[in-house]
Parts: sequence; structure tokens; C-alpha cells
Amino acid sequence: MTLLTVDGISVSYGKLTALRGASISVKEGESLFVTGPNGAGKSTLLKAIAGVVALRAGTITLTGTTIDGKSPEDIARLGFSMVPEGRDVFGSLTIDENLRIGIGMRADKDAAHRDLETVYSVFPMLAGRKHKPAGVLSGGQQQMLVIGRALMAKPKLIAIDEPSLGLAPKVIDDVYATLLKLRDAQGLTLLIVEQSSARAMLTGGRMVLMRSGEVVLEGDARQLARGNALQKAYFGYGDH
Amino acid sequence: MTEFIQMIIDALSLGSLYALGALGIALIFGVIRLVNFAHGDTIAFCVFALLWPSIDAAAIVFAGNLPTILLIPLILLLGAGLSVLSEIIVFRRFRSANPATMMIASFALGFVIRYFLLMLYSSRPKSINLWANLSEPIDLYGARVPLLQIVTVAITLGILGLLTLFLKRSRYGLEMRAAAENFTMARMLGVRANRVIMLAFALSGMLAAATGLIVVTQTGTVDIQMGASLMLIAFIATVIGGLGSLTGAVIAAYLIGAASVLMQVVLPLDARPFRDAFVYGAVILTLIWRPNGLFVPRSAKQRV
Repeated sequence: MTLLTVDGISVSYGKLTALRGASISVKEGESLFVTGPNGAGKSTLLKAIAGVVALRAGTITLTGTTIDGKSPEDIARLGFSMVPEGRDVFGSLTIDENLRIGIGMRADKDAAHRDLETVYSVFPMLAGRKHKPAGVLSGGQQQMLVIGRALMAKPKLIAIDEPSLGLAPKVIDDVYATLLKLRDAQGLTLLIVEQSSARAMLTGGRMVLMRSGEVVLEGDARQLARGNALQKAYFGYGDH
Repeated sequence: MTEFIQMIIDALSLGSLYALGALGIALIFGVIRLVNFAHGDTIAFCVFALLWPSIDAAAIVFAGNLPTILLIPLILLLGAGLSVLSEIIVFRRFRSANPATMMIASFALGFVIRYFLLMLYSSRPKSINLWANLSEPIDLYGARVPLLQIVTVAITLGILGLLTLFLKRSRYGLEMRAAAENFTMARMLGVRANRVIMLAFALSGMLAAATGLIVVTQTGTVDIQMGASLMLIAFIATVIGGLGSLTGAVIAAYLIGAASVLMQVVLPLDARPFRDAFVYGAVILTLIWRPNGLFVPRSAKQRV
């Protein structure tokens, strides 16, 4: 079943066009890896889905509901959980408080508290420092925290923007290992955005490549990451 | 010794008043980055509600005659109501506008409120005697202090305590703190923007009402300008405290209160009429020393 359909969306910031008719779709239970050079519109794509930037054209549907034009809080309530670039932990709030914010929109409070225990068991280093301000955590720990925070919202789809940004290679491996463990254990649907396609070898699933605000290539993640079609598409087909 | 106690109490009660004013501004600034210059006029509005609208010089006490137990909630509700209405009618339209535009809108709204009061009540100050028994002095370790000063400090500490409890322990408080630090992220986690913003305005309006009640009890005068000068000091306190930091605003307000009282005592007699020049001079020095204020909230720091 298709969970998310992004159909021909365009977004501009003033005179600058960030997305021109980009389309993607994500099926339930799969991982979609979105890659592309800097300025390709990857982050804008996620922001558009989250309802943070307005569309100039196109439609977005999540589980059959049209979400473009809805507020970020309504889109979150429909099951879209976002881990933005740069993580955006609430540094002055405690780790526990960061995790609890997403509970507010859930009706099943008991299940939510069980989920909180689950998150703490997946990330034991968070459990030990529950009542510390989240700002004291290292970059890798903050990445784990925001993944946990996104899970607490009980999303149908988690989108993660540049999970490896600013992290050491070893830490990036940890983040991905956790992400994949969670995906397999909880049947999560993932939408991962990365500038580098290297990690697509780990996630598998499908991959799309974006360039200049458009989707220019789509295929099996591992195949694309291995072959040179990606490099060609990444750097252009010699059209300029 | 008695003089010292007197000074401490003076400083604390003046600082308390400034703190309540500063919190009213800081709460809204924290959530939507608006410096609400209409706050002072909201204070005046709450005080005028004690009187029956009339342009006569003699005040006709209206709500002011109600028993305390009804009067206080009524005025608090009125402050919250006016503040929330300002949000819905005015500020909501400017939410994506730049901060300067919002600030100008708040100036304009302040004038609308002020001239509305002027129409109903005329510009003549009126006198009203609220809780007369509070002005009686009591004996505190040899110093004779008006009971009102003690009550002012106690009420302010009570309000600070309740507000802290609300922010730290309640669901809405958590959402407000998250929104103050990163509004977009909070919304992406399902925090309802309108609800949080209206709540901030409601709390700010209640603080305006509390501030107004304390001022009018102290001065016994209802004046159209009464909110403006308090608003100025409260605004300065929020800037010195570090815009967006509630703790900073409160501490800076008490510091300004203490500085005012201290200058009144230590300045040579001839310089005392110019006390405010010295107080504001200290403000300039503080800002040169720390341009972002004493406490820079995390939301104001550059994110990497």
C-alpha cells in the first residue's frame, strides 16, 4: 500500500526555485533513500511534506489524505514524523521532556508510556541521563534522541534529513545500525535523505536521485549505489 | 539597621512590580518573538475596568466595589481576555511578518487601547482607594513598612512559583517551552501553534492585570499613562535579562528595582532628582558589557 505520494510539487523561496515538479512515493514498510548534490531540493522536499514550506504546485497525500496546505501539527497528527537536518533537539529541555513532547498528540497514553520505556531500552545511554538537559549530549547521542523523539509520535512514516551530518564515521554506523534494527523490529517506513549515497548500501530498498529540484533517477538502492549510473546522474549527463 | 531593612523591602517590592511586567513581555516574546508594546496599555485597561466609564473628574467605582474574591478573578480574566483578543484580531495576521512589523503593530494596538480608554474615561487621572487596610504600616524588626509592600513581594513570589510549576510540570508548560526554543520543530511534533500562542497571551494578560492591581493599590490613582512608564522599564528588564529568557527577565527586573532604590540612598542629595539617568546609565553599561543580555536563552544562540 502506498503510504506517501508526492506528485509534481514545486516550491520557491522568493525568486529561487527549490523544487520543480518533484514526485516520489513511499510504500508501507519500505525504505526510500533520497540522495543528490547540495541544493538539489532534498531538504525542501521533506519540509514541503512536513508542511513547513508552502507548495506552488502539485499535491501530497499521506495514507489517502491530501496534506498539502495543512499545518505541520496536523500533518504530524496524521502520522508523519520528521527528524530535521541539524537534529533540532530542544537543548534546554531534559532528555525525558524531549521524548515526551510527541505524546501530546496521541490518544493512547498508556501505549505511549510503554513506547517511552521501549525507546529507553533501545537507547540505554539516554535512560541514564533522563533528567539532564538535552543540550549536554554529543552529536551522535542527539541524533539518537531525535530518532527516539520521532518514534514517540508513533508515526506511520519517519523522514530523516542528513542523519550523518557532522558525525564521526563510527557514530554514523551506530546511527544506521539502530535505525535498521528499529525498522526491522517495528516495521517502520523510512524516508532517508543523504547527500552521500554510500549508506544506501546498508539500508537497501529504493533510491531516488534529485538534481536541481527534480527527481532524475530512481531504482534499487544497492544496485544504484554500486553502479556508475548514479555518478553520471549526480554530475549531470553532460548537458551543461 | 532599620534603614537597611527598609531599603531591602523597597527594592524587593519595586523589583517585584517590574518583574511581573517583564514576565508579561518575555512570555510572549519567547513564543512568537514579538515585543508587545501594547502590554502597558493592557495594564491600564485592567485598572480602568475598576471604574464605571465616565468623563467626570470623580471616579465612579464599579468593579472595584466587588468583594476581593470576585474582583481579582474578574480582573485577571479581563486581562487574559483582552490579551487573547489582541492575538486573534491583530497579531495572528502578522505571524509570518518580520519582528519590526509586529512591533509596530503592537505600538498601534497600544494606542488604540489607550484612546479607547480616553474616550470612555477622559484623560484626567482619577483616584480610587483599593484595599485601604493594606497601606497601614507594620513593624518589621524595628522598621515600619507598609503591609502592601510585603504583600506585593509575597504575591509576586507566589505568581513566580505557580508559573514555574506550570511551565515545568504541566503538559502545556512543556509545549510552551518547546515552542519557545524551536517553534517549527515543536509543531512538527504535533504541538498546536495557535493553542500555545493563545496560552502565552492569556498568561501575559493575567500578569498585566496583576501588575495593574498592584500599581493602583500603591498609587491610588488611575491614569491613562500608567502602563507606559512601567512598560518601558519592563521592556528594559527583558532586554537586560536576555530577550526570551524568563529567568533573566525576572532577575534583571529585581536588579533594576534594587539599583533604583540604591541610587536613591547613595546618590548625593543634589543628584537624586536625576536618579533615573544613573539607572539608565547602568543599563547602557550592562548592555555594552553583555550585548545579548545577562542570560542568553538557547533559542537565541546560533545553531550549528
